[in-house]
Amino acid sequence: MSGVSPTNGGVTGCLAAFEHVSLSYGGPPVVQHVDVRIAPGEFVGIVGPSGSGKTTLLKALIGRLTPTYGTVTLRPGLRVGYVPQVETVDWNFPVTVGEVILMTRTARRWSPRATPVERAEVNDVLDRLGLDGLANRHIRELSGGQQQRVFLARALHQRPDLLVLDEPTSGVDVRTRHEILHLLADLNEEGIGIVLTTHDLNGLAAHLPRLVCFNRTVVADGTPREVLRPYVLERTFGAPMEVLEHGGMPVVLDGGLGDVARRLRSIAS
Amino acid sequence: MSWFSEVFKPFEFAFFRNGLVVSVLAGAVCGLIGVYVVLRSMSYIGHGLSHAVFGGAAAAAVMNINYFLGAGLWGIASGLVIGRVARRRIIGADAAIGVVTTASFAIGIVLFNRFGQARRSLDAVLFGDILGVKLSDVFVVTGVTLAVAAIVWFGYRPLLFATFDPEVADVSGVSVARIEALLMTMMALTVLVTMRVIGVLLISALLVIPASTARMMTNSFARMLWLSPAIGMAACLIGMNLSYHLDTSSGATIILVNALFFGIAFVGSGVRGRRRVGALEHAHA
Repeated sequence: MSGVSPTNGGVTGCLAAFEHVSLSYGGPPVVQHVDVRIAPGEFVGIVGPSGSGKTTLLKALIGRLTPTYGTVTLRPGLRVGYVPQVETVDWNFPVTVGEVILMTRTARRWSPRATPVERAEVNDVLDRLGLDGLANRHIRELSGGQQQRVFLARALHQRPDLLVLDEPTSGVDVRTRHEILHLLADLNEEGIGIVLTTHDLNGLAAHLPRLVCFNRTVVADGTPREVLRPYVLERTFGAPMEVLEHGGMPVVLDGGLGDVARRLRSIAS
Repeated sequence: MSWFSEVFKPFEFAFFRNGLVVSVLAGAVCGLIGVYVVLRSMSYIGHGLSHAVFGGAAAAAVMNINYFLGAGLWGIASGLVIGRVARRRIIGADAAIGVVTTASFAIGIVLFNRFGQARRSLDAVLFGDILGVKLSDVFVVTGVTLAVAAIVWFGYRPLLFATFDPEVADVSGVSVARIEALLMTMMALTVLVTMRVIGVLLISALLVIPASTARMMTNSFARMLWLSPAIGMAACLIGMNLSYHLDTSSGATIILVNALFFGIAFVGSGVRGRRRVGALEHAHA
């Protein structure tokens, strides 16, 4: 049995549920035996190394990939807003910020021109994300944080129940990462469910209410305190790691690098 | 007065007027569809499609069947074979296009050689025969231009969304597969009706150069959609007149005018870019 279905069977109350899911791109499975449920209003981070199948899992969640085994069940009528990795965006494409946000409104359109109501909606969502006055800017002319927020604005313009973000803090500076995290916390407070992938353990994952450690399958699922443990991280990332506590929060350190540091110091001296 | 009458002298001839109308419409429709061809990096498909259709045009001429039927069916068959070869994954889609379309083009040449078609008709298909267009060609090209313009107008946002971000468009309820099929159909129709005007060898230039020129002139998708057809139309209007007065091939002259426009836009965008950087440095000094 396999498929993506918007039915209620067996997952009443969930926004989305993965049941015994395996995924592949036509070859051997990339992801196997995944069982994860996402409740309304939950904020879930999926952490794992590059190539662990995090993005593949998101593709199944948004309906771009059909499981080879198991089912992905979505709540009927669920509106999903998807924010792709900014690295996949063609920044030279001739499109303005306003056009990016408006392109999601495709139904019952008889004219390319935006209506006054649509323009007001675009200005509202831009105001909310701190992008006011940028509607006519080309997307390449924005800072890294602004570029990320434009695609978040496009997803929010669809009034989603569930926001799915692929590596939202990849390649951004510390200040921008803080801004994005605060923004996502605000949206989650308003009741929007959020699922994101990241490999940033200290900067992002440790701050989230629920983490799924993932490497082709679910290694651990729980709060950061429950899952950010050396044996879980070693199984997830395939490298030794140490976990300290600072200000009541877990802090992950690379283990096994002491030897490298000693070698580099001896070379320098 | 004498140079004025000399410039407008070709307009006295019905064949020139028909040719001019068809070429200007070809410039408009190729410029419009070319925006999607360039932004989706499909230039090679446009080039290949015109070569593939040539095989069908030759077969239709040899078998004495309707040109649009023969060339159209051949074009669709070539597209399906390209898809089938590319699905093997051992070679890429670009190589599949190269193999299938050049083979189709070669079949066309062999058919013309073997069955003794006049040399002139081969030249007309390869380089275009704009002065041999009939009134029926004017109606067909007008119909296709209006149909493409209507689809681009009414489908503006889904076409833009599927071109800019196909993955998210698909998730947001836009049928990207249907949009892609629609774009391929529009491109095939455009190639089919304009091939006899501009010729197989030059058609991809008319699909690519006006849109590339427009891209250098603007950062707005909406503006690019009217700039590119306008550039294509202007190049065809000027190129047709020049070809009459210089006694050169109309297709080649039109492409050279397009290339000149591209050169001007290229130099202009470089100067504009340097001025912008200069202004920014001045502001930060």
